[in-house]
Amino acid sequence: MQLKLEPSPEQIKAEKVYSQMGLTDEEFSRIEKILGRLPNYTEVGLFSVMWSEHCSYKNSKPILKKFPVTGPHVLQGPGEGAGVVDIGDNQAVVFKIESHNHPSAIEPYQGAATGVGGIIRDVFSMGARPIAILNSLRFGELKNARGKYLFEEVVAGIAGYGNCIGIPTVGGEIQFDACYEGNPLVNAMCVGILNHEDIKKGQAHGVGNTVMYVGAKTGRDGIHGATFASEELTEASEEKRPAVQVGDPFMEKLLLEACLEVIKSDALVGIQDMGAAGLTSSSAEMASKAGSGIEMNLDLVPQRETGMTPYEMMLSESQERMLLVVKNGREQEIIDIFKRYGLEAVAIGRVTDDKMLRLLHHGEVVAEVPADALSEDAPVYYKPSIEPAYYRTFQKMENRIPKVENIEETLLQLLQQPTIASKEWVYNQYDYMVRTNTVVAPGSDAAVVRIRGTRKALAMTTDCNSRYIYLDPETGGKIAVSEAARNIVCSGGEPLAITDCLNFGSPENPEIFWQLEKAADGISEACRVLKTPVISGNVSLYNETNDTAIYPTPVIGMVGLIQDLDHITTQQFKQPGDLIYLLGETKPEFGGSELQKLIYREIFGKSPLLDLDVEALYQEQILTAIRAGLVASCHDVSEGGVAVALSECIVGADGIGADVELQGEAVTQLFSESQSRFILSVKEENREQFERFVSAKLIGRVTAEPILQISVNNETVVKVEAEKIKKAWKGAIPCLLN
Amino acid sequence: MYKVKVYVTLKESVLDPQGTAVKKSLRMMGYDDVNDVRIGKYMELTIGETADQLDAMIEEICSKLLANPVIEDYRYEIEECVPQ
Amino acid sequence: MKFAVIVFPGSNCDVDMYHAVIDELGEEAEYVWHDETNLDRFDAILLPGGFSFGDYLRTGAIARFSPVMNEVVKAAELGKPVLGVCNGFQILLEAGLLPGAMRRNDSLKFICRPVLLEVKNSNTMFTNQYAPGEIIEIPIAHGEGNYYCDETTLAKLKANNQIVFTYHNENPNGSIENIAGIMNKQGNVLGMMPHPERAVANLLGSHDGLKLFQSIVNQWRESHAIKA
Repeated sequence: MQLKLEPSPEQIKAEKVYSQMGLTDEEFSRIEKILGRLPNYTEVGLFSVMWSEHCSYKNSKPILKKFPVTGPHVLQGPGEGAGVVDIGDNQAVVFKIESHNHPSAIEPYQGAATGVGGIIRDVFSMGARPIAILNSLRFGELKNARGKYLFEEVVAGIAGYGNCIGIPTVGGEIQFDACYEGNPLVNAMCVGILNHEDIKKGQAHGVGNTVMYVGAKTGRDGIHGATFASEELTEASEEKRPAVQVGDPFMEKLLLEACLEVIKSDALVGIQDMGAAGLTSSSAEMASKAGSGIEMNLDLVPQRETGMTPYEMMLSESQERMLLVVKNGREQEIIDIFKRYGLEAVAIGRVTDDKMLRLLHHGEVVAEVPADALSEDAPVYYKPSIEPAYYRTFQKMENRIPKVENIEETLLQLLQQPTIASKEWVYNQYDYMVRTNTVVAPGSDAAVVRIRGTRKALAMTTDCNSRYIYLDPETGGKIAVSEAARNIVCSGGEPLAITDCLNFGSPENPEIFWQLEKAADGISEACRVLKTPVISGNVSLYNETNDTAIYPTPVIGMVGLIQDLDHITTQQFKQPGDLIYLLGETKPEFGGSELQKLIYREIFGKSPLLDLDVEALYQEQILTAIRAGLVASCHDVSEGGVAVALSECIVGADGIGADVELQGEAVTQLFSESQSRFILSVKEENREQFERFVSAKLIGRVTAEPILQISVNNETVVKVEAEKIKKAWKGAIPCLLN
Repeated sequence: MYKVKVYVTLKESVLDPQGTAVKKSLRMMGYDDVNDVRIGKYMELTIGETADQLDAMIEEICSKLLANPVIEDYRYEIEECVPQ
Repeated sequence: MKFAVIVFPGSNCDVDMYHAVIDELGEEAEYVWHDETNLDRFDAILLPGGFSFGDYLRTGAIARFSPVMNEVVKAAELGKPVLGVCNGFQILLEAGLLPGAMRRNDSLKFICRPVLLEVKNSNTMFTNQYAPGEIIEIPIAHGEGNYYCDETTLAKLKANNQIVFTYHNENPNGSIENIAGIMNKQGNVLGMMPHPERAVANLLGSHDGLKLFQSIVNQWRESHAIKA
């Protein structure tokens, strides 16, 4: 049947209608060849979304192959809704991170909210109970009204969705840099747990089994959202506003509880979220993964609007929907479970053996396409890559120590840089406690969530210093993984695995593609050395506004296992009299540092270097000492260097201070961002044993006086009240927003 | 068929933090003549034509559910419409 | 003692309530779905926090029409302890079991953090384990906790000692008279915005909320000992 308003197959070819849908001439002829005929409008739509970068990874596949994806504990690597890692006692942790950058740039509240909703569905569609949400966010400098609006609305959107559905938002990180001004990054990560036998996959096995649709009705929301997410943002994308979906966290709460009940039933064969490209991707992928076909009658799809065409139904990105495959004859059991939650489960099709995705509408076949062609046969592009000139220039530069007039004043200024400043303003809007398992709340190195009924807990974090990656993508990639692992180890956990969200500019630009390649090399090597395989992830390319790309930002989400609640460690100093140690070597490394940015208003030179073997050794030493009960507090040294790290150890601990002595060049000792460094505090009585385990240098003591005092070469360079530090650090973001 | 338009507003004596925030923004944008902003809710109900005693029914719906009489007032308009 | 934890579609602190009772208090508890029509087997009723029915119209507005609410009213009339926390408090207000109404926080933002409370009335079935005027730390997590009532109602609340908890040192949401929790005149229905069930173990940061649950049990034991 030919719908009146849709162009005919001949018109599509002659007028290149497909190019408006994001397909190239070559891709269109490839489709023609696969089908052996001209595709109709609906079919072109199916291909355009499934072959978009977002769904097919056609540009990033060669990169993703670099990642180590297996390990002794990995139960499910990339390819399903989320990755799964064994944590003992028949339990497993499930997690994934995903971007929602472009929707958030257009409509920040709904863009962020639906990003959270989508990643939660990915986790519970695996059969897991979601236990925590984290967010990695990047914004411009909070200097104009638009920037503040984006920041405030993204935070409100995350809060609105996460708080309502009742999953605690426990952590994440936020960086501010001018390059994100027009293209903020919103990456959401969800962590869940399950018992091994409950792992579910999105596969449509069993000819004759029933395909069921559950959740919200289908409307015309976000049509072409998935292709839109893979295009550069221009002024014109402001006009695409209707392409943004609206989230309904209440619906998702019902769907979550109902699905977790359904998963226990052996009537369920497979389940998958209708995420990007909605009904198309879920049906094509489920059939393709199982080597089967699916036939659906679109008249049966629950619809929110009247007169929807097959094209619109298949491409709709209405939220809070799931596709199920259920054993033939046992549909009623599933229907009954959903009914209890006020939800309708509707049979809309069946599994076939002909490997085709066949769609019927008003009694006619409106699309008939091989399922594999949609989900597996997208072209793979090997993009050219060129080492950028800026990189060569930066590599030739000598490390320059920035000139600092007043060290104390500079420390206070650094504490007020929004990237360093307290994010309390943000996380106090998130319900980080609901379900009463959050043992370490946002604000320490990693968040810690206990597993009820056991002595175990999970540490989780997201990390990525994109300035280092811009200066040196390979080293920066290693640093991102190492820093995530540092945060886990500082909290008392053993790093298990990572999920990554590769946010980059346009891969059509060979210099950007080079950044992507090199960053992936660095990440892969760090993952191998630190034994944290990549179990899931997401790629977001074309993060550019008016031809300016963001810094390459491959965000690393990491989860670690804390064997016993007694091992949980936080960054705050605990007791006056405790000894303060610095582990790791300090060198004059300022490329991409907060100090460099503060003083020169730009970043340049070499990023700090990283030796992965040293990193692994220190992490092992610390974990051993923590497990032996010898560490009172542990914090990694990151942005802003030792002075900022010491300040952070004091601000959360009421009424105490620190007295520290360092030797060497003062600016380097205090503000260099050399890697693989940690600040630990240790009870006096544990001194000997601690020093046997950890090769750290004793640098001072925790004091009863709430003052931070630092001297270098016996000269006092910082003497400031803890209250003043706290005020500067906590007040900065509220102040910038007023 | 009837289309019923319901307006729910905060009682005058009740502080409206949303309205106050919007007023502040408008003033900042230079609209100095804006003296007050009150934010309410607008709802549309489509009701089948069998509904006799429409007024009584809508009164009941509004007072029972759509508005909270402790802090909110409501008013409504009824329009006849032709089903599509 | 047996507690009912009422679960509405959209409740999300039901698990916290349940585990506070089972794990930390050591009493019995059972989840009760909102369509239940008999609560006779329970000694106390807990209405947990969350976003019942999405709270899209007004917080608690739709939940009050759930079938179980008739039973909650009945239990309240029988003098059983009824505790509504956060969304539970909002539902009790909408149901008319407690006077007043909720508005959005004056900051217009959701707020989640520990706050200090003053126990204004320690002579109730919910607070008998606290000292008069005791300052306790309990977290809040809400977007609409800005309690409001008219002058006459406020005067009555004060006259009858119905104000049970107030915020100490600061008012996080703009509520009238710093009110954090109130009870009915009979003293067996308590609504409060802060979450005592989130403060029942040191691992979670505070155990100041546990005494509230212990107070309920204490009162129940005493009254049953007298009857026996």
